[in-house]
Amino acid sequence: MAEKLLEIRKLTAGFLTENGVVKATDRISLSIDKGQTVCLVGESGSGKSVTSLAIMRLIDYAGGMVMEGNITFRGQDLTTKKQEEMRHIRGNQVAMIFQDPMSALNPVFTVGEQIAESLRLHQNKNADEAWSMAVDLLRLVGIPAPEIRAKQYPHELSGGMCQRVVIAIALACNPEMLIADEPTTALDVTVQAQILDLLRKLQAELGMSILLITHDMGVAAEMADRVAVMYAGAIVEEGPVEDIFNQPSHPYTVGLLQSIPGFEGERGGELYTIQGTIPPIGQLPSGCRFHPRCPHATEVCRQKEPPEFMIGADHRASCWLYEDKPVHIGDDHSSREEVKPAW
Amino acid sequence: MVTETANIKVNRPGASKSGEILVDIRGIKKYFPIHKGLLSRVVGQVKAVDDVSLAIRQGETFGLVGESGCGKSTLGRVILRLQGATEGEVVYQGRDIHSLRGQELRKLREEMQIIFQDPFGSLNPRFLVKDIIGEPLRVHRNLTAKQIDERVVELMELVGLDASRRNRYPHEFSGGQRQRIGIARAIALNPKFIVADEAVSALDVSVQSQVINLLMKLQRELGLTFLFIAHGLNVVRHISDRVGVMYLGKLVEVGETETLFAEPLHPYTAALLSAIPKPVPGRKQERIVLQGDVPSPANPPSGCRFHTRCPFAQERCSQVEPQLVEAAPGRQVACHFPLQPGTAMA
Amino acid sequence: MSDMKVTISPRTSPGALTPEPNQAPNLRDSTAALPAKKPLGPWALLWKKFSHNPYAMTGLGVLLIFILAAIFAPWLTQYDPAKIDMMFPNLPAGAEGHLLGTDELGRDVFTRLLYSARVSLLIGFSVALASVVIGSIIGALSGYFGGWIDTVFMRIVDVMNSVPTLFLNILVLAIFGSEIKYMIMILAFTSWMSIARLVRGNFLQLREMQYVEAARAIGVSNTGIIFRHLLRNSTFPIIVNATLMVGAAILSESALSYLGLGIQPPATSWGLMLSNAQEFMLVDQMQAVYPGLCILIVVLAVNFIGDGIRDALDPRQNINKSRRRLAKWRRNFSKSGN
Repeated sequence: MAEKLLEIRKLTAGFLTENGVVKATDRISLSIDKGQTVCLVGESGSGKSVTSLAIMRLIDYAGGMVMEGNITFRGQDLTTKKQEEMRHIRGNQVAMIFQDPMSALNPVFTVGEQIAESLRLHQNKNADEAWSMAVDLLRLVGIPAPEIRAKQYPHELSGGMCQRVVIAIALACNPEMLIADEPTTALDVTVQAQILDLLRKLQAELGMSILLITHDMGVAAEMADRVAVMYAGAIVEEGPVEDIFNQPSHPYTVGLLQSIPGFEGERGGELYTIQGTIPPIGQLPSGCRFHPRCPHATEVCRQKEPPEFMIGADHRASCWLYEDKPVHIGDDHSSREEVKPAW
Repeated sequence: MVTETANIKVNRPGASKSGEILVDIRGIKKYFPIHKGLLSRVVGQVKAVDDVSLAIRQGETFGLVGESGCGKSTLGRVILRLQGATEGEVVYQGRDIHSLRGQELRKLREEMQIIFQDPFGSLNPRFLVKDIIGEPLRVHRNLTAKQIDERVVELMELVGLDASRRNRYPHEFSGGQRQRIGIARAIALNPKFIVADEAVSALDVSVQSQVINLLMKLQRELGLTFLFIAHGLNVVRHISDRVGVMYLGKLVEVGETETLFAEPLHPYTAALLSAIPKPVPGRKQERIVLQGDVPSPANPPSGCRFHTRCPFAQERCSQVEPQLVEAAPGRQVACHFPLQPGTAMA
Repeated sequence: MSDMKVTISPRTSPGALTPEPNQAPNLRDSTAALPAKKPLGPWALLWKKFSHNPYAMTGLGVLLIFILAAIFAPWLTQYDPAKIDMMFPNLPAGAEGHLLGTDELGRDVFTRLLYSARVSLLIGFSVALASVVIGSIIGALSGYFGGWIDTVFMRIVDVMNSVPTLFLNILVLAIFGSEIKYMIMILAFTSWMSIARLVRGNFLQLREMQYVEAARAIGVSNTGIIFRHLLRNSTFPIIVNATLMVGAAILSESALSYLGLGIQPPATSWGLMLSNAQEFMLVDQMQAVYPGLCILIVVLAVNFIGDGIRDALDPRQNINKSRRRLAKWRRNFSKSGN
């Protein structure tokens, strides 16, 4: 039904290090529809942030580049664009917000000036227009007394306020897509709740698409329409949010969900754990990248990398368990034990 | 053992319940002066911890939760006397640890230890792992190099590390492994009481559960008592027997884990619990979104410190400061209008 | 919302994936199986980078040659540096078996250069070492304790930095006499401040590290924290600074000797040789060139070494090299053309 806004196909992005080229993302595919929220979840080192840098082509400034694949945004391939052209797209059509709101703002300008500058640059507004729009934007992101706040410097605002300002700057040019890289990780939970509510509200009002990058399964469950789980540079499972949480299929997703202590039910018992840690990029194991930590690994997992198998109409996972069987939930649960849900 | 301070009347959560008290925190205040100007005049105080009393029982895990700036980490450090208290005392084995000196203080370090949040900053980058873990033994025990080495191997195995890697530097270990090194260092002297200050907060989910399991195993095997300071409520719920909630330097609610999570009495506890995104899609819980941010502890609101953000605040809340009182057996709350168990918050 | 379809709880979803609650003792960290290549320690890493720096390695080589020459001076020459031979004054290089000729008193120039190297290097390294000791202790105490200790020490540093060093040196040597030990003492006394400042700055930063708090929680004494934990983390910057100080001390010694307040005949040093040569500049210029060149080369060598260590410690060191590599990689592999 919906129109595709961004489509990533087999994207490989890498960095050049002292020990050669390492691929931070490995042939990942993902698409985002208009008005949709897609969450990219994964632990540190999974390549989720690199993906966002690659989409914006900011990876070029970080000593890396897109090595393979396409990123199609509104029909144009971003991977072949020159940086000057990307500069126009960044901010105007795709905006980005980061984890640390304090370092994203310039300490020597007032927040109003910073928003107005972005408006002047991208939309050719004159100073007065830009300033009044800046104040409107601050009001839009829920900052009380925006006329006064606009004249304040970043250090006079709290972390949550700063993140709202960063969001206001991102919204300044009416982007069609917002990439939010761990936007609430540095914030307290009660403030996180405010920011998540704000993002949802803004999305409903402005109809933009959001690519939300997070390590928090809770945030993903709350915000996402679709979820992509990344592990060691690859998307191992992707699907609608209900499928991912109700029928997690890749052993990594299952393990991740079960490692989280719950809010209801039994406590104090031994938590489920995934053995070991994520391999550093550049030191991937052979075969399936998850096999050394996987409780279900077999010989084929050690030798051959699994392709993506469709497990539902719109739900895919890269795992040999689903070879040749369009598995449906509950197909074989002969050895199933009764376990209470963790949450 | 009765100390001369026993006559101070304080309501100490936990003190009345059965179970021997290991650490008794009485009216702890910790103020940091704010200096300003050329002569560094003191122009104000940050009340990081403001009159907190608490009794931690032998063998339990007491969870301390709250948002950044609520004073939970400062309290942990004052309890270990890594920082001095402005007022109040911490009674351990009948003696106020803030009055200990010299040899007695050194002895205390053997019994009370701390595990830090930052798996990178808490290990000296220029020490080998065996020297990091062996440091407490070197300081406190009169052991030969060989004996220390044997104990280091034993400790590394206990915390699930490959002891053959003890001649390496910390940067060669992953975050989870470094946290295990920090844990091995903390338990090297067989302490009785450990403050775990956000010990798993910096770790990835899959590694976090490994470390939680390890801490719980060590507690069982070594009979440890934990003060588990964290902002991850689900982790605290999993590991703690009792939980205390702090807001702006005050303890606002204390109770058994199950009941506190199921029926929060303080509006702040309820808001905190509802603010956490749960990994369940499509179940948009009734959320209490608090307005605004946590006020500055340098200038806390009058009366109840939470009244500026509380959805139920009334006139009285801004004038009279509520005391921590017993609301039910084993349950204390500092609120003029506590929520009734069973009533949903609107 | 999808309740009608999904009848199985999340935990049990695809039956095959139900985790066995009691699988393996998962308390053990199982990442030990990573490649077992032993990574380098900090010293080895420093050497690896240092040894790839041609300037630094040249400097090190030159300095080693001078040190060896100074140590083995008696074996390298048959002459006595102080022996006056009025038969052959002012010989040119190579004449009568004198490699670099003789001076106005017929003394062998090459021999005198060798023995001068002993004096210059001794003074250079002793002064640097003494400055490191004084400066580190004062800087460490200031930075670690702060407060009034810091205030007092730093004001002393300010005062010391305001003293016209050359005149103080001249004054002290004039009063106590020009012996090497006095020279080392006065030069160290007037040059420890930069190290103190450096160590203090370093400690201000390091004392906030969590491992310091960890050490305190263990019960390590302040002395232990300063000398075992923190000083070890300041070693490399101290070494860089000390190396550069060797060069400065050699220059100071030369200046004092040139002024006649340093090394006294019959002993010799490069500065003294320069001073003597001055009188005969019109007769034999080379006598000024040789010691001057020695000073230049040795100071340059130690400065190259110091810079080499500094660069090896700087993570941005190879930035130009990696820029070139990156550009090449992009050209070969880029799909974005340009």
